[in-house]
Amino acid sequence: MIFAESDIDAIWLTFKLATTVTVLLLVIGTPLAWWLARNRSIWKSIVGSLVAMPLVLPPTVLGFYLLILMGPEGVVGQFTQAIGLGTLPFTFGGLVVASILYSMPFVVQPIQNAMESIGERPLEVAATLRAGPWDRFFSVVLPLAKPGIITASILGFAHTVGEFGVILMIGGNIPGETQVVSVQIYDHVESLEYTQAHVLAASMIAFSFVVLFGLYWFQRKQNLNGFRLGS
Amino acid sequence: MSLVKTTESHMQQQPRTIRARFQVRYLNKRGKEFSLDVDLNLPATGITAIFGHSGSGKTTLLRCFAGLEKNVKGELCVFGNTWQTNDDSLATHKRPIGYVFQEASLFPHLNAEQNIQFAIKRSIRKCTSEQYEKVISVMGIENILASYPQQLSGGERQRVAIARALLIQPELLLMDEPLASLDQKRKQEILPYLENLHAISDVPILYVSHSMDEVARLADHVVALEHGKVVAQGSLSDVFSRIDIALTDHESAGVILQCKVEEKDDRWHLMRVAFEGGELWVRDSGDKIGQHIRIRILARDVSIAMSCQTDSSILNRLAVVVDEIIPDQDESMSMLKLRSGNDYIVARITNRSHNQLALKEGGKVWAQVKSVAVIS
Repeated sequence: MIFAESDIDAIWLTFKLATTVTVLLLVIGTPLAWWLARNRSIWKSIVGSLVAMPLVLPPTVLGFYLLILMGPEGVVGQFTQAIGLGTLPFTFGGLVVASILYSMPFVVQPIQNAMESIGERPLEVAATLRAGPWDRFFSVVLPLAKPGIITASILGFAHTVGEFGVILMIGGNIPGETQVVSVQIYDHVESLEYTQAHVLAASMIAFSFVVLFGLYWFQRKQNLNGFRLGS
Repeated sequence: MSLVKTTESHMQQQPRTIRARFQVRYLNKRGKEFSLDVDLNLPATGITAIFGHSGSGKTTLLRCFAGLEKNVKGELCVFGNTWQTNDDSLATHKRPIGYVFQEASLFPHLNAEQNIQFAIKRSIRKCTSEQYEKVISVMGIENILASYPQQLSGGERQRVAIARALLIQPELLLMDEPLASLDQKRKQEILPYLENLHAISDVPILYVSHSMDEVARLADHVVALEHGKVVAQGSLSDVFSRIDIALTDHESAGVILQCKVEEKDDRWHLMRVAFEGGELWVRDSGDKIGQHIRIRILARDVSIAMSCQTDSSILNRLAVVVDEIIPDQDESMSMLKLRSGNDYIVARITNRSHNQLALKEGGKVWAQVKSVAVIS
């Protein structure tokens, strides 16, 4: 076995984190993307900028403020303590919250772009066929935005796997709880366990390549076949 | 919501008319302000053509009927049901309409059959399998139901879209230039299907078009629009015999008459057709005796004689009364409206002839018809 037991734990934790975050982000991000795609007011720019912030901010900035907010003295921390959850930093839950914020633009933007490119017409057609607003969203918008949603899922998952800074700030390095692959590699290097670091690092490179290759291949097919591959 | 629920309407006998008054202003694509201001009283049977040049507001008017246009002031009352008042408007998906858009509007993620099922599932009225079969066969789409829109030709897509709009079983069918995005060959392919709509559905149709040919073939009533205003409305023959308004370019100005085939002359391949105001010999179109057809007589094909001249090549001469004389846009020409019984034809002659013959309104003359086109 090439992977040490602690490495396997880290890989499993990373997978669990990325899956949880991706699922939650699709649930939160899809309606948000729809709102952003339809809105024309100043709020669109404000909310759109907030969602995109993690693209430009150093992860340490986001991690720092989240640590303060979710800590015992922070607003969020006081709330979570009041409802009996304790504080979130240095827990898996804390990682999920931080990762959702950090990966948000990678999920919201592809879905938003896909929804914007649908245009008015299919919605008008659906309305003349007796489809109400909810019906139109589920039977027209979601199927037509499917390529964007698939791209968003892949990017959201991959980006969460690749996180380091925010996790270190929020989660620290607790085996089985917050010690994900990227942190584990850092750990190995710190302790001069280069072989172990190589195994994990090379696995990450292979994983990233496969994911990105899969994504580009999917998008290329998409262009060739119009909307059909996504449906 | 004060608007009447549409599903209750079948129970009561309501006046079968459409009352519409719309006012809407917006900036068009070139950034100019456009305003539509119409007041219509439309019959609720047959095909009513909304006719006009591009940019006259035809599509906007149709979208007002569908509730798709925003910021519309006015009232709309269809068969006794109020769809819109000044401050309240029934949402598009609650109006019992069918809508055929100008360009292909099938959902790309559904195949032809699924597109049609989308409508059937949401229709208020149940679709029987007979109705379904009939619409599918009249539109000739049995063999393409499994295809996706991008695998279909423009004409096929439009036929599926028409079938979809029919199978929602609307009380009013709105069609926005359904043939405009097709080439001549495909137009000719779809026109017969549209003429057959009468056979499968008695739903009244509002048909937007800028094509004189389509209107001549399909429409029973016409609303002529110009710069967002109604310039004429009425039956096909009434509207196209108006010479005080320029509905078309002067080369294609002319009237459309409803005729019945009375007699055939096999030797010369001619047939005699009768309209209210007289009879004409026209080229045999293959229609049977007793059949109703439409003919079109262009103003440029009608000349005037003071006596019945039997020594010319012209086959058709009608005794008519000059009803109205109006100068043409071309300063050398005049337009004449001629009454023959209860029907009208129009003639375009030079001012010199007008002067030489000393034509006056109310005068009796002979109209010599050089050419008659059988259109359906």
